[in-house]
Amino acid sequence: MTQMTFARAINAGLRKSLENDPKVILMGEDIGTLGGVFRVTDGLQKDFGKHRVVDTPLAESAIIGTAVGLAYRGYRPVVEIQFDGFIYPAFDQIVSQVAKLHYRTQGAVKMPITIRVPFGGGIGSPEHHSESPEAYFTHTSGLRVVSVSNPQDAHTVIQQAISCDDPVLYFEPKRRYHDKGEVDESLDPRTALPMDAARVLTQGTDVTLVAYGPLVKTALDAAIAAADEGVSIEVIDLRSLAPVDYATLEASVRKTGHLVITHEAGQSGGLGAEVAASITERCFYHLEAAPVRVTGFDIPYPYSKLEMHHLPGLDRILDGVDRALGRPNSLSGLEG
Amino acid sequence: MSTDEAGQGGPSSRGQGNSAEHHGGSGRSLIQLITPAGERISHPEFDPWLQDITDEHLCSLYEDMTVIRRIDVEATALQRQGELALWPPLLGQEASQIGSGRALRQDDFVFSSYRENGVAYCRGVDLTSIIRVWRGNASSGWNPYTINMATPQIIIGAQTLHATGYAMGIQNDGADAVAVTYFGDGATSEGDLNEAMVFAASFQAPVVFFCQNNHWAISEPVRLQSHVHLADRATGFGIPSLRVDGNDVLAVMAATRVALDRARRGGGPTFIEAVTYRMGPHTTADDPTRYRDANELEDWAAKDPIWRVKSLLERKGLLTEELQRHVDDKADSVAREMRLACTSLPEPEPLDVFKHVYSSPNTWLDRQQDHYSRYLASFGDPAGAPSEEGAR
Ligand SMILES: Cc1ncc(C[n+]2csc(CCOP(=O)(O)OP(=O)(O)O)c2C)c(N)n1
Repeated sequence: MTQMTFARAINAGLRKSLENDPKVILMGEDIGTLGGVFRVTDGLQKDFGKHRVVDTPLAESAIIGTAVGLAYRGYRPVVEIQFDGFIYPAFDQIVSQVAKLHYRTQGAVKMPITIRVPFGGGIGSPEHHSESPEAYFTHTSGLRVVSVSNPQDAHTVIQQAISCDDPVLYFEPKRRYHDKGEVDESLDPRTALPMDAARVLTQGTDVTLVAYGPLVKTALDAAIAAADEGVSIEVIDLRSLAPVDYATLEASVRKTGHLVITHEAGQSGGLGAEVAASITERCFYHLEAAPVRVTGFDIPYPYSKLEMHHLPGLDRILDGVDRALGRPNSLSGLEG
Repeated sequence: MSTDEAGQGGPSSRGQGNSAEHHGGSGRSLIQLITPAGERISHPEFDPWLQDITDEHLCSLYEDMTVIRRIDVEATALQRQGELALWPPLLGQEASQIGSGRALRQDDFVFSSYRENGVAYCRGVDLTSIIRVWRGNASSGWNPYTINMATPQIIIGAQTLHATGYAMGIQNDGADAVAVTYFGDGATSEGDLNEAMVFAASFQAPVVFFCQNNHWAISEPVRLQSHVHLADRATGFGIPSLRVDGNDVLAVMAATRVALDRARRGGGPTFIEAVTYRMGPHTTADDPTRYRDANELEDWAAKDPIWRVKSLLERKGLLTEELQRHVDDKADSVAREMRLACTSLPEPEPLDVFKHVYSSPNTWLDRQQDHYSRYLASFGDPAGAPSEEGAR
């Protein structure tokens, strides 16, 4: 076990993948000499060379589009999109090509591409640097979408993503990059919890609280605060946003009868809507109240002085828990 | 290797040769009217474009460049003191920005990136507007129509398409204004700029593509983006181009005037590559010592654009104590004003996040706003409510 920051844990995972498979190749803007704007790829070009860790020209569509060609040629490209808001120039290549080639070729062509995206807000950045674009990709069949929430998972899941034969969008919660945690580097990614499984982080009896990425920490803090108020919360780290591990969610909701889901992305068409609808279909008779979503607002990501209003914090999550439980809350007395 | 090619022309593992002109480019030299030593050299083709530039005019260019450097230094200091969230310095690019900015007419329209604070200054921007954004108090600083300059663009290259579209509109309207777009060397790799050039050429739109080749895109040298002079890229799209010493305010002004004139007369787009250098970090969050050789910076410091005009003024006997005092006072007062504006900006209101999402109200968002205001009210003290740790 080693204490490591989140960013370092991903770095160590990338290093292992580069060591274990000569077909793994890293590409992105500023990932070489600089080691990435968040230093996630620090030192890798120095150790693996310019042909394995490639500083690319400034062109996102080309970064993904050439990764498609490399995958055709048997490589396993791991690309970095510098910030969430810069993934859109590459959107066409991701949703029209990366996602569909396996299907279109009836399995003949594999697209084992990992797309690393630092995402989410809370770091006081200017516009386009704090977005949560995951729902665009969970809506696209053929893509796997994951988001990690702690250094150990970050370390393991990046290796699982790289060795997966499907394309994986790997969303890194950038406001947690400097958080430290224990990492067991000897953990074998092949026997670890698979990346498409959700994980129950705390056992609870009153409410199932589902979170992923940056909000897992907030959800855990909320569970501790709720326990002080006599409410028992079962926190689930979704981990895989596509496909969603509904079996784990269902089992929890059958027990608690209440579901709250939280994410930074806007509410409409967000993953919370999908989870709420699916759980309602599957567990209608076990639910004692309508599922509650605690999310960002349906607004463009606001300027940094106001971002803490947009982002669900501990109190807003607790307020959502109160709503789910019918306890006094900010909307008490209102219908719907 | 001529020093103006530092960072671009050096031997490259991927290059075909190691001369300064190894790019397979045109081999054309830079347009230069003032040498790095401050000597005015004549140029038969470009001098005619500067006939109206009097001594007084030259002094005012010196003043403008000094003022924007001062703004830049002050803003960097404000960031270091925690007053601004971030700042993208333009240090070293003063001649490119003032030379081109001062060539524009008020009815021309600018589409820039985040680094063109000097151009905004030429458009007559109120500095508070610039500061507001980098402090995190607003998403945009000014109303684009008040200074005929679009809100600065962070998505690399996106603004070049907007400029081309705006130029198509000018063309349809039968006007003789010009759309001018600013972008960096890195931006030339993006699809957007390449598509903008296709449209501009196809429709012969009155647009000027102004590339500030400051040699670096964060940590990536310009040779990673291009194996030819950036100006030569335009040629392939059928767009005439000029390659100008970007640290020479007169050369930049002359080149911009040539391009604007062509556009006004229906001659279509022009691409200008202003060869300059970013002497500071990419932004205040960047550490250039991780990727950049200190010697390179030294070479370019010797070609400082402000120092160059200053020596020219000296040679001409124009740099009086009085002028210097006037310029320094102006820079001081502008910087003071900006600092005051920064520290006295009012905090935005929480519910402002819901404003302007749509041009008219809709029940969908109104409901979210209503719920959030009830939530804030449930705390009694709304200021204390939203934090990651919670207040409850
Ligand atoms: C589409 C997109 N990709 C990546 C970025 C991140 N980024 C911001 S500035 C920059 C470098 C830009 O270099 P250049 O175009 O040369 O302009 P300069 O900053 O040097 O003026 C990068 C990669 C971005 N803002 N937009």
